Amino acid sequence: MDQILQVFFNVAILERVWPFLWRGVQMTVALSFVVVPIGLASGLAVAMLYHLHRKWLNRLLSAYVDFFRAFPPLVLLLFIYGGLPFLGLDLPLFATVALAFLLNTSSYYGEIFRAGLESVPSGQAEAARSTGLSRWQTMLWVILPQAARNVLPDLISNTLEVIKLTTLASVVGFTELLNNARNAQALTYNATPVVAAALIYLVLLWPLVRLVSRLEHKSIALR
Amino acid sequence: MELQRLIFSFFNAEVAARYWPDILYGMWVTAYLGAAVIAAGLAAGLGLAMLRSFHFRPASFAIVVFADAFRALPPLVVIIVLFFAFPYVGLAMSAFTATWLALSLVLAAFAEEIFWAGILSVPKGQTEAARSTGMSRLQTLAYVVIPQAVRLTIPPLTNRMIAITKGTALGSVVAVHEIIYYASSGASEAGNPTPLTLGALAYLAIFLPVVLASRWIETRFAWKR
Repeated sequence: MDQILQVFFNVAILERVWPFLWRGVQMTVALSFVVVPIGLASGLAVAMLYHLHRKWLNRLLSAYVDFFRAFPPLVLLLFIYGGLPFLGLDLPLFATVALAFLLNTSSYYGEIFRAGLESVPSGQAEAARSTGLSRWQTMLWVILPQAARNVLPDLISNTLEVIKLTTLASVVGFTELLNNARNAQALTYNATPVVAAALIYLVLLWPLVRLVSRLEHKSIALR
Repeated sequence: MELQRLIFSFFNAEVAARYWPDILYGMWVTAYLGAAVIAAGLAAGLGLAMLRSFHFRPASFAIVVFADAFRALPPLVVIIVLFFAFPYVGLAMSAFTATWLALSLVLAAFAEEIFWAGILSVPKGQTEAARSTGMSRLQTLAYVVIPQAVRLTIPPLTNRMIAITKGTALGSVVAVHEIIYYASSGASEAGNPTPLTLGALAYLAIFLPVVLASRWIETRFAWKR
């Protein structure tokens, strides 16, 4: 028991590495705040384009979405990280990581929004158009609010996945929480920093998990 | 000129010829690991959901805590804790075992929630009727409730299974000899990203059919209102 405390929950070591871990938390939050909003926006754009129902465009969008759904995000990240320099493109690390995650994330958000748009009965659009609203107004004021509400549990659940995804950035040395925790573990030869990082993720993400659970159970109960 | 350089970098035939046997072996490890994770994760998830349906409070509470924790924790964090932290207390495991265990735990947590939602969706009358015909609680669950619950769970389960098996790529971080491991070590050895291209193609070869099949399954088992 004593040994476990020494190795997993060592307060002295935690005090020493805390500033380092805290900087990691800030980077994780920063990366999430870039990837989630842009991912949501580009996913919505994909879904709205799909909703135009142009045959060739839809084939293209389906291919885009399926391609990035089949591709493990880590593979995408390593490919972009290792491949871009060979194209003569030298992006900063933050941009490289964000780009890889965005390609992955936008296709997932796109699928969710597409399902949402399809869940709104076509009578809604027809009624809105017949009152004199333009196509854009119909989309913005009538279709989208209902679509977003219908897929809210999936949107939140995917956002949770995106935040968990940011841990992959540690593989290419991006200084987010997991990366800093692993470095601290190697320096102190003690597991406390990694265990602390796991607990930080748990505390940060547990409320989201609860929220997703409640929304999902509610939507099943409604059936 | 530009195009030639591009082909030389990403589609270098000579480099590809040298590294494809490694990548092929990696594909086998990826498929094997993925299958082992799916088998263990689904079995554990279904077991936990069934246990929860007996409404024994301490057990239900423990299951909810487990499911919440492993849905909140990023899989890579679980792998790293198992592989790098547990040896400090004398619990060392191989990279393969750590990755398998971590991903199975995560899949079990998600599968438990999905199966549980499915079980809840079956009207109470079904259980009551089955019980009144003289079936035991376990028989009711196995022959009446689960078969009806499973239909609802198939689309979300397929999606989650794809997501988790894609997570086998995370094993490369602790040096499991799967596709990415060979692709990135090959790329740095050759000083050329062609092995990464091969790795990417290998993943597409495995997962693109799965994703397309999942689209079919989604429409086939869609919940008709």
